[in-house]
Amino acid sequence: MNNISIFIQKEFLHVFRDRKTLLMLFGLPIVQIILFGFALTNEIKNAKIVVCDYAKDAASQQIIEKLKASQQFEIQNILLNHKQIEATFKEGKIKMAVVFPANFNNDLLHQNKTQVQLITDASDPNTATTISGYASQIIMDYRNELMQLQDLPYQIDTEMRMIYNPELKAAVNFVPGVMSLILLLVCVLMTSVAIVKEKEMGTMEILLVSPFNPFLVIVSKAVPYLALSLINLTIILLLSVFVLGMPINGSVLLLYAVSTLFIMTALSLGLLISNSTASQQAAMLISLMGMLVPSILFTGFMFPLENMPYPLQLVSHIIPAKWYYIIVKSIMVKGLGFSAIWKETLVLFGMTLLLLVVNIKKFKIRLT
Amino acid sequence: MKNVVLNNISKTYDNGMVQAVSDVSFHVNQGELFGLIGPDGAGKTSIFRILTTLLLPDGGSASVNGLDVVENYKTIRKNVGYMPGKFSLYQDLTVQENLNFFATIFNTSVKENYDLIKDIYVQLEPFKDRRAGKLSGGMKQKLALCCALIHRPTVLFLDEPTTGVDVVSRKEFWDMLKRLKQQGITILVSTPYMDEATLCERIALIQTGSIMSIDTPENIITQFPENLFAVRSDNMGNLLHDLKKAKIIKSCNAFGAYHHVTFRDVSPEVKEKLIRVLEEKKHTNIELKPVTPTIEDCFIYLMEK
Repeated sequence: MNNISIFIQKEFLHVFRDRKTLLMLFGLPIVQIILFGFALTNEIKNAKIVVCDYAKDAASQQIIEKLKASQQFEIQNILLNHKQIEATFKEGKIKMAVVFPANFNNDLLHQNKTQVQLITDASDPNTATTISGYASQIIMDYRNELMQLQDLPYQIDTEMRMIYNPELKAAVNFVPGVMSLILLLVCVLMTSVAIVKEKEMGTMEILLVSPFNPFLVIVSKAVPYLALSLINLTIILLLSVFVLGMPINGSVLLLYAVSTLFIMTALSLGLLISNSTASQQAAMLISLMGMLVPSILFTGFMFPLENMPYPLQLVSHIIPAKWYYIIVKSIMVKGLGFSAIWKETLVLFGMTLLLLVVNIKKFKIRLT
Repeated sequence: MKNVVLNNISKTYDNGMVQAVSDVSFHVNQGELFGLIGPDGAGKTSIFRILTTLLLPDGGSASVNGLDVVENYKTIRKNVGYMPGKFSLYQDLTVQENLNFFATIFNTSVKENYDLIKDIYVQLEPFKDRRAGKLSGGMKQKLALCCALIHRPTVLFLDEPTTGVDVVSRKEFWDMLKRLKQQGITILVSTPYMDEATLCERIALIQTGSIMSIDTPENIITQFPENLFAVRSDNMGNLLHDLKKAKIIKSCNAFGAYHHVTFRDVSPEVKEKLIRVLEEKKHTNIELKPVTPTIEDCFIYLMEK
């Protein structure tokens, strides 16, 4: 045990003596959080919505048909009451709910005035505003068609309701995104480089010719980066709460617990990379191109996954950051508990386990 | 007792395309200072890595302290000291931190084995808080040796410890090795410098993965079968060229201030003949004298044979 502790001490010394990297590690999340995520508008296609139709009359049916026919929407379900809407939102499968009040057609024909309610999940504010805009447009089109048939001042008010993030703060979208990227960067990149450095400098050669268990070399390497990542996580959370005014709605403890799991996933990925490369440049390149870029693309915080072609959506399933992003959003923004995120957590857990098994199998007790 | 034994060891790289070591056999006795002498790329490092359990041989068997390098690699790793060819300590840690780290990794402490490294460490002591990367080449080697010795190994593997080190430090380093030998530590050392060969008790001359000769340096020199002469003149460049063209010359190699030559003919007149030939070629201040061969002469002779 004594020699593991000196090994970990040594790793901390490496980290603290490399001032530039250290500065980058802590500077990066701060800069990213402050600069990131403003005004990213994206075109929406096939957003999943539900309809809650209390009216069930000709007018509501016609609007539903129009929504169905549009490229932008894909109607998942016709629901019967409000309670179900909330439940479907929590599952995270839909972006918007359209609610027709009872007597929709009657009001329209007799009072010439009625209203439709659009409820959107604003934890992704860009998508929320865009799709509610599309929906209002379609409803207005319907009204205009009616007015061409009969010259009456029909009026359909669309009432917008945002849930989860009524103030439309963009922060709720990019803070979880930045969290997953920073943790990936620190854990995958820094760990793989740190281990490959031992190989490149030749110190691995000496460590192998010693009684020290080679696998512990790697465990000891991971410890400082686990610690650094948790510090980084804390910095990001503090910034988002006190600078961006974005509260943590769910359990902070749960957030740290799943983050630790995600850090482990990333560390095992870093290990895998360091196992398969021989130079620091190669490790860096694979970490950046093979890990960071796909994570930016497929996590869903920059480019909505719903808009991607199906094969790419399948690709996104193997990106750990995607699952972590969903979890963080559920906890931080929606304030949900473990019961809501257990599936995603299980996926991350499974990935970590798989990666660790592969690592142990691939681990080399000799030079190649 | 034989501490290190190699039997017909072979090693190839790139799926057998590159033959690094072929059919190498030798042994090192307990407490012996054994030198593996050969140029870069001769296969020295591969042999060291096989013996230190870092590489698996493709063929043959090897043992250290009677333990097989493949089967018993874990036990071997506890008991040997290894200094790789490249400076392989943590450049961003200080001298003392490096030493403490390696002592702890080997389940010992600097204090416990201080007597073994004392002679070397006193020279490092003034720099103990300096980072290893900022040390001079000679100091780096001394630190690396300290780290390789800190757990009192039974066998010490030193892969080109003096490459890139100044002459004074090289001499000091070999003096240290002699003192370590007196402590009963078996030492296998490799070097590309032929002049260091005579500092070993026994040597193996290695070239392109094969051993050419194994013996004491003195015996290898006595076994040199030809009469060797040293030649010089005012124009050494042209001299080498002309010597190579001369029909009576068997071999000719540049060797510091002189060129070393052997003759095809052993008759006593051959010397005058050569001087005449060289004078015809307008060489001035020609000097020709018999010399005792060095390990380098033996190496070149064996290599060309």
